Amino acid sequence: MTGPGPGPAPAGWRPALSPAVSLRHDRVRDADLLVLPERVVVLRGSAAKILGLCDGDRDLDTIVAELRSRFPGAPVAEDVPAFLDRMRTQGWVR
Amino acid sequence: MTAAPRPWALLAELTHGCPLHCPYCSNPLELVRRARELSTAEWTEVMRQAGELGVVHTHLSGGEPLLRGDLAEIVTAAESAGIYTQLVTSGVGLDGARLTTLTAAGLRSVQLSLQHADPAASDRIAGHRSYAAKERAAALVRAAGLPLGINVVLHRDNLDALDAVIQRGLDWGADRIELANTQFYGWALRNRDVLLPTRDQLDRARDTVQRWRDRLGGATDLVWVVPDYFDGVAKPCMGGWGAVSLTVAPDGTVLPCPAAASLPDLDPPNVRDHSLEWAWDHSGAFNRYRGEEWMREPCRTCSRRAADFGGCRCQAYALTGDAARTDPACALSPDHGVIRALTTGTGRPGGAGDPAPTGGYAYRKPGG
Ligand code: SF4
Ligand code: SF4
Repeated sequence: MTGPGPGPAPAGWRPALSPAVSLRHDRVRDADLLVLPERVVVLRGSAAKILGLCDGDRDLDTIVAELRSRFPGAPVAEDVPAFLDRMRTQGWVR
Repeated sequence: MTAAPRPWALLAELTHGCPLHCPYCSNPLELVRRARELSTAEWTEVMRQAGELGVVHTHLSGGEPLLRGDLAEIVTAAESAGIYTQLVTSGVGLDGARLTTLTAAGLRSVQLSLQHADPAASDRIAGHRSYAAKERAAALVRAAGLPLGINVVLHRDNLDALDAVIQRGLDWGADRIELANTQFYGWALRNRDVLLPTRDQLDRARDTVQRWRDRLGGATDLVWVVPDYFDGVAKPCMGGWGAVSLTVAPDGTVLPCPAAASLPDLDPPNVRDHSLEWAWDHSGAFNRYRGEEWMREPCRTCSRRAADFGGCRCQAYALTGDAARTDPACALSPDHGVIRALTTGTGRPGGAGDPAPTGGYAYRKPGG
């Protein structure tokens, strides 16, 4: 990405969903969705579980620790911060 | 028949009433009278059924949806049905109290129209003094922390001011600026001679958008809705006829898209007689151009048919009198000459040279 955009994640970052997006479960399609002003994103894998922890209260370490205890053996420590950083670049998490 | 996919989105045209008179309005020439509008209870039921059908997003639109005194109740109905709501408004009638009520009811985002960067020009195009109200509305939406989209319909009268228009959108704090080249249906088709831009104007506008995109680097979304008359490519019909979304008109008519009201023999269903599910799955109107069965050459064997669905049915009808023909916007259409004549100027008064003096609009109004 060029030009101004969000910089690196601040130290002590407490990720929160942007007010523009809404995380919901779609009963009709049995899918987790991010609904935005002009689009709908279908979430795959454990994306919804990670985003569900982004409440602006928990910091990154807490989120990683909780997911590690829920998914022992998964590469949580590397994958989750990278995923959340991508979500931040999209503007969906801040 | 294989089951159609479930719809994601609902365009709820709550009313055709509007304080503005934009000459490019996509509403049908025959506007629905306010007395025939669905009641609060009927809209509540539409939202409930839409949620059950799989709809997760709705544009609350019009006309001007703020004219509905029960708008907050309709928002609540959508929210309880699990549907994300975006208000599509001119900004006229949005004050702090109204916005607070709507936000409390669950409103998620706002899309505000703007006609021009210059207040007097904006008011002239809108046929109503509305610029000041828009500026106020934008500030209120920002203060409420809701996402703000600015929508600008582009045509001969404002394309040359694009730079200032984008600047205005940024000044107002937009997260997203939609630069929508006029699509010629409804009132826009009636006003086509005065709205149709020149190729030079469009080339300059494209450069302007690119410059801003480079400068903004994605911080604000700049969406460019292509001028299909000029690009020689058909635009994909709504992601496919009856594939992604549906429209409910103010009187309850259910349509694959708002422009489809112009198709004379479509015989669309109405929520007063049928469920939304029946309309979507079984009505003739929704099945007529679903999939590829209805296609003729050149679309039938074209490699792009799964991407653009043969273009727009309503445009095919408007320009050829037959909705099942290839959209004349497509350079492969045998009818493409109709469009070429308009965009090269041979078929329009004033030719293709400099923009004609602006104005001379047939303003949108009831009984038009
Ligand atoms: S011929 Fe039909 S399918 Fe092919 S590009 Fe044109 S409109 Fe699309
Ligand atoms: S044919 Fe065109 S106007 Fe009609 S439903 Fe499709 S996109 Fe809309």
